[in-house]
Amino acid sequence: MTGSDGAGVRVAITGMGLVTPVGTGVEAVWESLSQGRSGIGPITQFDTTGYPTQIAGEVRDFDPALYMDRKTARHVARYCQLGLAAARMAVEDSGLRPSTMDPDAVGVVLSSGAGGMEEIERGHRMLLDRGVSRISPFTAPMMITDIAAGLVAIELQAGGPNYAVVSACASSGHAIADGFEVIRRGDAVAMIAGGAEASLTPLMIGAFCQLSAMSRRNQDPTAASRPFDLGRDGFVMSEGAAVLVLEEMGHALSRGARIWGEVLGAGASADMYHFTAPDPEGRGAARAMRAALRKAGLRPEDVDYVNAHGTSTQLGDIAETLAIHQVLGERARTVPVSSTKSMTGHLLGAAGAIEAAACVLAMDRGLVPPTINLEDQDPQCDLDYVPNRARPADVRVSLSNSFGFGGHNASLVLGRGTSANSKGA
Amino acid sequence: MSATNPAPSREPLDFSELQRMAGEILGVDADRVQLDVSFARDLAADSLDLVELIMAIEDRYQVSLPPERLEGMRKVGDLWEFLMEQHGAA
Repeated sequence: MTGSDGAGVRVAITGMGLVTPVGTGVEAVWESLSQGRSGIGPITQFDTTGYPTQIAGEVRDFDPALYMDRKTARHVARYCQLGLAAARMAVEDSGLRPSTMDPDAVGVVLSSGAGGMEEIERGHRMLLDRGVSRISPFTAPMMITDIAAGLVAIELQAGGPNYAVVSACASSGHAIADGFEVIRRGDAVAMIAGGAEASLTPLMIGAFCQLSAMSRRNQDPTAASRPFDLGRDGFVMSEGAAVLVLEEMGHALSRGARIWGEVLGAGASADMYHFTAPDPEGRGAARAMRAALRKAGLRPEDVDYVNAHGTSTQLGDIAETLAIHQVLGERARTVPVSSTKSMTGHLLGAAGAIEAAACVLAMDRGLVPPTINLEDQDPQCDLDYVPNRARPADVRVSLSNSFGFGGHNASLVLGRGTSANSKGA
Repeated sequence: MSATNPAPSREPLDFSELQRMAGEILGVDADRVQLDVSFARDLAADSLDLVELIMAIEDRYQVSLPPERLEGMRKVGDLWEFLMEQHGAA
């Protein structure tokens, strides 16, 4: 597989760390995705009485003490705890040791859509109930959306470029795109890139309920996220974190790292249409996908798998379907397209990264994860969505879409690595 | 005074309770919290940690530390001395 970027710099994926509602760790997540297992259940993190939506994808049994000391765990929001856990796993998986390297060599782009929402809510409750003097001095650092990137740099001693990219549900798609570009332009040898989200809070869930954007299938949680199905009634919010280690290919090969996959291209665009609704014709999404393919130097017929944004909203599913038709043309009729959100729910600012990981695993294992709960396909959604069962396939190139409120679009083109079971590339 | 209320200031001061609270908030073993140890040097507490600890102490013992005294809180003993003063005044 060769990327054909102008600079000639290839960017490998050498580590992955996943903390999600369908499992923690690469193998646990893959087991769920390949078996079509949903991670959605009743919300247990707060009392949802009176909420139209009472279900979500929670990360269960997460123990921050496995990944950080007690004091750090007390002083960071849950999204940071999840993000640090995923970053530690990814870096360990990669075999890189940033603390032993030039401090500029390894950077971090760790995104979140909402940041430390529970700390904003806690601090605000304290302000209203007991006055300004009772706001914790840690509220400010705990609530901001960039602090996970800073925390990872401190904990892993990775001193290269460091920030968060915020673009709602496209945040970690953009984070990976940005990490890729940082390496291509020579500003770091490796980037710890991904997203973390923990927004299952009374205000966030309530606010999204008011948008009528979320499924209310409270009695049947595992069937609630049903992209491209006529019976869908909105997306299902989830929490979690997914982090990839991106690394300059020569550096990765010279140290004998496992090459999980390769970032071949990335594209970004704006819908220029509406705060929350997608362009109904998918034009912005199509431009992002085209840009990603162009940067990868690939043609539509080179795409073997599309991991759709596919949130399980009517407007979004139809617009993305149209966009895929526009970009892939004839290839759209045959290419497998699936939404792993049918199983994971929507990890918002971590969605792009978990879905990039799903693409890497699909290529590595030669198996396309399914879109579950697809029983009555929407006639306006006329692609091959790999319904309900994973499908063996020789996947060399994947396209992963992430679209966010505000009309932010990010598309990634990913290539198969050398560790893949199904060789032949 | 309800049973669930935090201890009133007239309740006898208990150093082990201060050790427990400081240990939890500063993320150290409670037995490391001794009168002659420095918050910054020995317990790795920065100014934010100290503010958090003092807020918890204020809530627990219903006292209020004047801002000008924050500067003088260098050792656990300084905080204990302040609590003793407040307790005596109650």
